[in-house]
Parts: sequence; structure tokens; C-alpha cells
Amino acid sequence: MSAVVESVPSRSDAGGTVDRNVSFVRRMLKQPVTAVCSVALVIIVFSTVLAPVIAPFGPLEQDLLNAHSGPSAQNLLGTDQLGRDIFSRLLYGGQVTLLGVFQSVVVCTVIGMVLGVAAGALGGWVEVATMRICDILLAVPGLVILLVVLAIFGQNESAAMITFGIIMSPTLIRVVYSATVAVREELYVAGARVAGLTSRQIMTRHLLPAIAGPALTQISIVAAVSCLAGAAIGFLGLGVAPPNPTWGNMVNDAQMAIVLNPWMLVPTGGIIAVVALSLTLMGNGIRDAYAGRSSGSTSAFNWRALLARVTQKETIEPRETETSTEIHRASAVLEVDSLSVALPKGGDEVKIVDGVSFSVAPGESLGIVGESGCGKSMTISGVLRVPPLGAHISAASIAFNGTELTSLSEEGMNAYRGTGIGFISQEPISSLNPAYTVGHQLTEAVQLHRKVGRAHARRIALELMTRVRLPEPEVVANKYPHELSGGMAQRIAIARALAGEPKLLIADEPTTALDVSVQAEILDLLSDLREQSGMALILVTHDWGVVAEACDRAVVMYAGEVVENADVRTLVRKPKHPYAQALLRSSSVGTAPRELLPVIPGAVPPPGSWPNGCRFADRCEFVEERCTSAPIRLVHTADDTSARCVRVTPILQGVK
Amino acid sequence: MIGVIVRRLLLAIPLMLIISLIVFVLGTLAPGSVAESMLGSSATPEAVAELNRQLGVDRPVLVQYAAWLQGAVTGDLGMSISGGRPVVEILASRMAVTLSLAVGALLVALLLGISIGVLAAVRGGLIGRAVEVLSVLVRGLPNFWLAMIAVLFFGVTLMWVPVSGYVSFGESPIEWAHALVLPVAVLGLSEAALIAIVTRAEMLSAMRSDYVRSVRANGYPWKRIVFKHIGKNAGGPVMTMTSLVFVGLLGGTILIEQIFAMPGLGAQMVASTQTHDLPVIQGLAVFYTAMVVVVFLLTDVVHGILNPKVVAK
Repeated sequence: MSAVVESVPSRSDAGGTVDRNVSFVRRMLKQPVTAVCSVALVIIVFSTVLAPVIAPFGPLEQDLLNAHSGPSAQNLLGTDQLGRDIFSRLLYGGQVTLLGVFQSVVVCTVIGMVLGVAAGALGGWVEVATMRICDILLAVPGLVILLVVLAIFGQNESAAMITFGIIMSPTLIRVVYSATVAVREELYVAGARVAGLTSRQIMTRHLLPAIAGPALTQISIVAAVSCLAGAAIGFLGLGVAPPNPTWGNMVNDAQMAIVLNPWMLVPTGGIIAVVALSLTLMGNGIRDAYAGRSSGSTSAFNWRALLARVTQKETIEPRETETSTEIHRASAVLEVDSLSVALPKGGDEVKIVDGVSFSVAPGESLGIVGESGCGKSMTISGVLRVPPLGAHISAASIAFNGTELTSLSEEGMNAYRGTGIGFISQEPISSLNPAYTVGHQLTEAVQLHRKVGRAHARRIALELMTRVRLPEPEVVANKYPHELSGGMAQRIAIARALAGEPKLLIADEPTTALDVSVQAEILDLLSDLREQSGMALILVTHDWGVVAEACDRAVVMYAGEVVENADVRTLVRKPKHPYAQALLRSSSVGTAPRELLPVIPGAVPPPGSWPNGCRFADRCEFVEERCTSAPIRLVHTADDTSARCVRVTPILQGVK
Repeated sequence: MIGVIVRRLLLAIPLMLIISLIVFVLGTLAPGSVAESMLGSSATPEAVAELNRQLGVDRPVLVQYAAWLQGAVTGDLGMSISGGRPVVEILASRMAVTLSLAVGALLVALLLGISIGVLAAVRGGLIGRAVEVLSVLVRGLPNFWLAMIAVLFFGVTLMWVPVSGYVSFGESPIEWAHALVLPVAVLGLSEAALIAIVTRAEMLSAMRSDYVRSVRANGYPWKRIVFKHIGKNAGGPVMTMTSLVFVGLLGGTILIEQIFAMPGLGAQMVASTQTHDLPVIQGLAVFYTAMVVVVFLLTDVVHGILNPKVVAK
């Protein structure tokens, strides 16, 4: 087969981690909610610590004549059943409750960090043992164990909260563990150890920054849960005993007087809620700041958002290919005119596909070829209307057998997807649902598209499996996708796409993920199926050999636009666009075995930074001034070819 | 599938053993002996030693544990120190209350959580945001406090439901349901949020998957994709979360039983904690763990049915 043309990644993320940590705190405090919560927590913690100074009354100071009074200037938050000042009692009670939170968090943090890092960094039996202990602890009802400890250690609140820290540690261990494993794998790739760094350097330079965000998030959640658990103990009348106040036993007092003085519920439960909520929200804030995104950014995503926006636009580019493809066009299975696909980026839209036009005749095989990042797959996504989230598709026309698809609704599209146009994707195994047997999935597709009964559909499904040359269809049908090889899974995916007997099959890099020997088999299969059924085929590929072998025509794409559209024999013999020429040279098509293949220097310009002139100009050996001044038009030439190059005519003259 | 059940059961046994051993060992660490607390401070050291010998607590911990275990296997969890009744009898008389509460709340949490999660994943927008806000609120607010506010509103002000108490199903199914409505609703609601979050997150991640794109491109109707294809894949992680939610929910029953004055295991647990009644506490801890083990087993089986890849691992 032929060589694969892959461009070098344009940007490296090497500086990412350092950058992230510098702005981490700043970004966190920029979130108004997180900032407010942090301030509230600081105020609450300091006032409880300074309770003896701030509190207007002692925690046990009674005034029986003034029991159950509401808020007043003297008693800011009212008084309880013994006329004690609730505000003062909350300040003193907070000392117990917050100390408990502190004890629990410290224990949990120490255990979580040590075991998490150890399990992640050391691996082996340490990893296995730690994870087993986590599984067991996660199955333990925390409050039950708290009560056991309280029963045994005689209402010792500290013992209970320390125990609670231990019970909560598995959640932190898991978070730290997975962050450590991620770093370990990253380091393995980066070869930091080989570079001579000591393990302490590795720790401080890579591990701590990577763990800090997820761990802090989890720790604030643990703090919130500990606060609630500590309050629960007090509420149950356990732990520090009345009359000494804790936030929990004050809620208990409130419950006793729930009918007489419901107001008591507000400050007593309220302070617990404020602290626990603030801690939870801070956790969210840390998570968001760490991930470098604004809070609640996922709420924009849902099934509806997945359905792409489609607008019909006027043709931008004059149809210079009109005369030539008129024969095609009259009877074309699929005719795409000026298709653009844009993706959202920072409040803006960036075009990935820019005014692509092509058509496929019945029974014809069209290749769409180009390097990665040229917009080939996105073009297909645009035609089938299954692009990534938030995409905007626009086209002058996408016509299937004369029916305009752009004006159809999502439901309307479904009348053509599957039955008119079949689709197979690049990753065969992940394109199948992991939760159903392949037989079930095929039967379902047949039932959906052919409106037949289940038993009948199952028979057709088995026939389809035979058609795609799967051995022992009955056996394979009962297997799940993960039990199949890539080649077998791709055959199933092809069979599923054939279930609706489509007029056109679109295959997006169908062989890229497969072994070389299997690649040829799948290509043969696709060609044979096409001959048998007379359906048309669109084959998206970066592999020039696949085009040469399996296609009649080819569209060469570069940086989101078509740069050449030609008959494959013409294209392979005499490509007109310099990019097509370079692609052909860098593939093994027509070269002697073992000859070194030249590589195209440079990389495809990323979407959003396309130059105004020729987009290939940077990498083109023939570049001249007029190339970069204005957009280049697609020029039609003789032998039914069009190319987007100012030199097209000179090349033709050279041939003649 | 039977293989899965057997394997999980085999894993459950060490879990039960470890939990009971921890509780047992902790029990022996308690300051003062059982005999001392039974005989009072005026007892002579000889009398204490004699009773200790009779109770068998002068033997090594592991021997005691083995004896306890032997009894536990045959359904004998010892005697309550304070009441003198067999622990098994106490458990049996109270488990119906706690089971009604826990199972009811779990069902509410599942039904509500999954519905809200699916709705948020499909419609997004306001509902999606509401789920996020709700999840933070419910995690942050003390559920015993919410329960009391609910009692105040529905019980005291509106008088729709009894403020407290419990009527057994055998006595009157209608009153049983009536007494359970509020506690089950409060407990279920506070756990529903967690299930809703996981449901939504799992469905959203499935929506980005390659197989959903493939079936969309092949013209499957959206209801079939969302409810069948995405639903079955999201179901597994939701089951895992359900088992964890149940653990939290059991802790919740202790508080809820206290607030609604329900004569369940949790109320017994609190009472026994105050009287240091170790045999009862050991029995209760083991029973709670057994409930968790059963729920883990059930959710594992459902997970295995939903996602066979898990079984293969």
C-alpha cells in the first residue's frame, strides 16, 4: 500500500501546565460565587475562633424571662428555650463543629494524598490493595460507623470526626490516584526520568500541580460532607453533650420547639447550610478554575444542541465547473453546492469547510482526499448533518436524487439517511453500540429501514453478514462489538449501512484504523458491493493508494476547500494543482518499491488562520506574487478537470 | 449472568467479614468492660472477673470474634445488654420500618433522578441549569434540616400528613403509606439530585460518542437513539451511583427516623449508642452492611445486563 501523509501538529502544549498554575488562584477569585463563598467562610471561621471576644453573651448564660424571643437589637438572632442568646451560642458552637470539620479534613487529606500518590506512582500490589480497601470503605455507611465509634469511645466527638475522615478518604484516594496515574503516563511519554530528574523534582514539578486542582475540589466536598455529618451527630444528641452548644444540637433544640418557636430553625440550620453550601460551591469553583472554563459551561449541551443549524445560502462562487459536470449533474445521486461548516470558537465561528462543491453520479465512486485537518470528514458531517456540537452548516444546495436536503427538518433528513445514504465511520468498534450484540444492532437497522417483522429482519441481517463475508454469521451475531476484531466490526458497520439498501454509501476513512492486510480486504469488499448493487460510493481518505485503487473520480481538499476535482486516471497521471502533485509524490503510487518518499514540508494552516490568497502558498514550490494577493478561483480545464491554481493554464500548455 | 452473581457474592463475604471484624475489634477497645457496666461501680473485682468469664470476654479477641461469628452464621447475634432481648429479635421487630423507608426513598430517588436527568440531557437550557443548581443545593443543605422544614410546612401548617409516627403495613396499609409519604419524599428527594447529575452526565457523554453519530447518520429516530441506545449505556454508571446513593441513604434513615419518631433500626442505633449497648450496635452495623451488600449485588447484576463489557472485564 502507500505511504500515509500526516502533517506535524502545529502547536505543542508544553507550556500549558505552568501557565495554568500561575493564573489558577486569580481565575478562581474572579468567579463571583467562589469569591463570595471564600469571604463568607473566612468571616465565619474567624468569628467562631474569636467567639469569646465577639459574642455578646456567654454560651450558657440563661435569661428564662426572655425565652423563645425573636431577633432583636439585644439578641441578634433571638433566644432559645432557656433564653440563651442564639447568636452567641452559634459562635461558640461553631468552635466544636468547625474543629470537627478540620480534624476530619486533615485526616482525610493525609490518607488520601499518601495512599493516592503511592497507589498511582508505585502501581503493583500497592495499587491493587489500595483500590480494594477503597471499594470496601465506599460500601460502609458512614453515619453507622460514626455511631459505632461514638458508642465505644463515649461520645468523643473528635474520635468520631477523625473516623469520618478515614471513611471519606477513598473518594480522595481515587481522585489523587487517577491524577497521579495520568502524570505517570505523561512522564513515561516525556521521558522525564531519562532526562535525569530526581523523583523529588518530578514530584514538585509535575505531580503536585497536576494533583492540586482535583484534590482541592474533592477536599472541599469532604469538608462540606464532614460539616453535615458533624451537625448530624449533634442533632442526634451525640458527641459534645448539651448544654454546651454545637451547631447540631442547636438544631435539635430547634426541633423540640418547632411548633412554639419555628424561627429557631432558621439561624441554627441556616449556618450549617451556609458553610456546607459555600464549601461545595468553592469545590465547583476550584474545579472550573482548574479546568480553565467558566462555571456551568456544560449546561449549554443537550440533545437539541446536537442537532446542527442549517441555512441555505446563495452560491458564492460562480459555477465554473458547470458545463463539465452537467452530465453528472442531471442525474447525480448527490450534488453538493457551496457547502460550508463552521464551528463555534470563543463566541465566534470558525470555518472548517469553506464552499465545497462536488457531485456523485449513480454507481460512481468518488474519493475525497487530503491531509488530516483539511475538512474532509467535516464535509461528510455537513452532508449528513451530524457535525460536532454547535456547528453551523450552510450550503447553496445539497441535493439527493433531486431532493433538496438543506430545507428538511431533522425528521425529514431521516427519510434519506440510511435508506438513501448509508454511512460508515472511521472507528469500526466504537461506531457500534457497546451494549448490544451486533446481531441485534443489524436486525434493528433492517427492521427500521425495511419495515419488516423481527424474525424476517433477523434473517436479512444474517444474509447481510454473509454478503460482507463474515464467517459463521450465526456465531458472530451473538457477539458484542468489543469481542470483534477491527476488520470484523467494520464489516458489521458496512452491513448496517447496507441494511437500508442505500443508493449512496459514504465511508469516512473506512480502513484507517485497520491492519494493512485487512485494509485491502475491506476495500475489495466495498468495490464488489458497489458493483453488485449499483450504488454510488464516497470514500474519504488521506491515502492516495486507496483513491487510485477504488475510485473513479476524486476531489482533493486543502484547508477547507476543493483544490482539484478530476477523473482518477487523469489525477494520478497528471495532477494539476501543486498540492495534488506533492501528495502524489509523497505516496508510493507509481514509484518503485523501497524508494524514499518525499514529504511535503510545512503543515496545513489551521482553520481560522487561512490566508486570503492561495492557502497552499506557504508550502508551494511554485509560489509567485499573484498567488497571495487575492482568493484563487476554481478553474475548469480540459478533460473534465477543475483546479484552484493560477498556474493551471501553463501546466496544460506544457502537456500539449 | 449466574457467574456474575456468584462472583459478586464471593466478594461480598470478605466485605461482611471485614466490617464485622472492625466493629468487633473496636468494641473490645472500649474503655471499661461490659461486666463493669452491667454490675455497676460497687461490684467487687472478683464479681467482675467472674461475669467477664461467664460472658466470655476474657478470651482473646479473635477467639471471641470466632464465637460471635459462629453464632451469627446460625442467626444468633447475642443479647442486648440493656434490654436483655436477643439482638436478632430487636432487628426483626424494627427492620420493616427502615426497609420501607430506605426502599421507598430509593425508588423515589431513582424515578425522580432519572426523569430529571433525562429531561436535562435532552432539553437542556433552563432545566439543565436547574439540575446543576439543585444538585449543589441538595448536597449543601443538611437533609435533617430540610426534613424539619417539610414537617413544619406539610405536617404542622397544612396538616396533610402526620407529623411523626409509623403504622405497620399489616395494621393498616393506608395509614402505613400516609405515615411514610413525607419521610420517604424528603429522603428520596435529597438523593435524587445525585442520580439526576450522573444520568445527565452519562447521557451527554454518550451523545458525543461515535456510535450515536453513526446511528444518527444512518437515520435512526431520535427517541430510539436517546431512550434505547444512549439509555442502555448510561444505565450502567447510573446503577453504580445508585448503590452509592443507597449507602448515603441508609445514613439518612437514621436521621429521618429520629425526626419522624419512627421505631426503626436507626432509632435503635441512636438509643444503643447512648447506652453503649455493644452487641446491639454490632448486630446493627452488620445488618446495615448486609443491606448495602444486597443493593450492590442487585445494581451490579443490572449493570451487567445493561453493559456486557463490564462482565467481560
